[in-house]
Amino acid sequence: MLPSTAYLVVMEVAMEIEGHGALVTGASRGLGRALAELLAARGARVALVARDPGPLGDVVAGIRARGGNAHAIAADIADKDAIHRIAGQAHGTVGEIAIAIHNASTLGPVPLRLLLDTECEDLAAVLETNLVGPFRLTKLLAGAMALRGAGTIVHVSSDAAVEPYPTWGAYAISKAAQDQLSRVLAAELAGTGVRVLAVDPGEMDTRMHADAVPDADRGALQRPADVAARIVAMIEDEARAPSGARIIAPSWSAP
Amino acid sequence: MAAALRSAPELATAEVPRDAVSLVVIDRARERIELAAFRALPELLDAGDLVVVNDAATLPASLRGTTAAGAPFELRLSAPVDGSRLYGVVFGPGDHRTRTEHRAAPPSIAIGEVVRIGGLSATVAALAGRRIELVARASEDRLWQALYAAGRPVQYAHRRELLPLWSVQTAYAARPWSVEMPSAGRPLTWEVLLGLRRRGIAIARLTHAAGLSSTGDDALDRALPWPERYELPRATVDAIDEARARGGHVIAIGTTVVRALEAAADGGELRAGSGVATLRLDAAYRPRVVDGIVSGLHAPGESHFELLRAFAPRDRLVRAIELAAAHGLSSHELGDSCLIV
Repeated sequence: MLPSTAYLVVMEVAMEIEGHGALVTGASRGLGRALAELLAARGARVALVARDPGPLGDVVAGIRARGGNAHAIAADIADKDAIHRIAGQAHGTVGEIAIAIHNASTLGPVPLRLLLDTECEDLAAVLETNLVGPFRLTKLLAGAMALRGAGTIVHVSSDAAVEPYPTWGAYAISKAAQDQLSRVLAAELAGTGVRVLAVDPGEMDTRMHADAVPDADRGALQRPADVAARIVAMIEDEARAPSGARIIAPSWSAP
Repeated sequence: MAAALRSAPELATAEVPRDAVSLVVIDRARERIELAAFRALPELLDAGDLVVVNDAATLPASLRGTTAAGAPFELRLSAPVDGSRLYGVVFGPGDHRTRTEHRAAPPSIAIGEVVRIGGLSATVAALAGRRIELVARASEDRLWQALYAAGRPVQYAHRRELLPLWSVQTAYAARPWSVEMPSAGRPLTWEVLLGLRRRGIAIARLTHAAGLSSTGDDALDRALPWPERYELPRATVDAIDEARARGGHVIAIGTTVVRALEAAADGGELRAGSGVATLRLDAAYRPRVVDGIVSGLHAPGESHFELLRAFAPRDRLVRAIELAAAHGLSSHELGDSCLIV
């Protein structure tokens, strides 16, 4: 009889944040920025990915000024040719990546419009950013995580993935598909030590929210930093955020 | 030696899709040489065996540069990027379609000169013949951005078309330490990796900075492979100890894994941690840690063929290559494979 370890990929690390490499997309503002800042404050080496180098550089400079370890990767997650560049620069600057957060996403053209008024090309572009891009990047990160026997991949979802809100069509479809991407990956990676989560952050006071709902009462919205704290707590708490789960952040509380 | 008198078998050079790779199996215990599909690897190994891979990603290590005087050259990185420091070999104008030994000599470059490389400025810190050491005058983030924006995979003349970076990465590539693909792992698809697990075959990893396989310069090439950096995790040493304890074999995916493991056992006991591998594999070398190997196919006369002689006698390797040639299998880094167990 073989010892049970023979059936497992070699386990190396527990899910800790300090000293580990992390990658966050859409990291120049909103939830992505808050996540990157918090992970860096907790001692992670963080690769921040965003399209616009200006705001991205400011966020990275801010993290470094507070003593954090942060690296800027200016790239568009929807650009197929940029994916190996993103993974290569991230591994080159922060080393092995233990945490990957797919946060970048697009609503498509705003103001939002009815699905049947949405151009086919706009739907395809939303899927590239919110679904296919994260899939491509996961393909480059999950293998090394599986060999190390540890890693967490987080997909930022939305209640639009579940509720058929009129005019949110392209975004909603992409998020529903991303939720299923997350579940299938979790099923296929079961037992490897790689955890895959989908997290609905709830409504936040971000530029994306203002683009979608310009007349919202901002005072009633969550602050991105508070949601980021919850998501980081989930990353640390495998028992209460198991692989394959779709978690609604506002109703999940840290122990 | 009858085999040596026959002309060397010709192997094809076509790129083989990762999930369609063939495997020539040299089974030393059963004295058999046979053909299998690479995807059958889990069935060809025994439950309890341990597979060790090199998880280094492949750098886009070929970069275009110009000297201070404006003369063009190609820089091929030969080692991992170390902060802002780049180590490599310089070539004159031209590209990989010219055989390395026929490439034009590099233009005149002096120590202290500031050259342009991948859109950045870099100071020449050291120079020894065609070997060069540069210090990039840019932040770490900008240096990495420039490498990935301007660099291309190192290629050789047997393949004319330009290879995209994805085609020289394994499914588990992590830190970009290699300047050429640790290509024995290319056919390890997720199907094979998870199939190994299901069969009770553990998988462990190390990171080894695979270097250049040719520079075109006789004196430099005779000294290849140069010392290469590696990192061996504690967990992999433990996995090897456990495999041995249960009577399992340690199967290296590629010669870079052999080099790292054998170097780490140089003191007698296998030691985890970072190191520099200097040993050379050849017919006289008796591996201490590694029991079997997965490798590409290499015809007699190629330097890589000689490395495999550490695992099987020449006549058996020649017979394996003859079988591969008879079935139209491909050599080189994007071709078919062999397994010696």
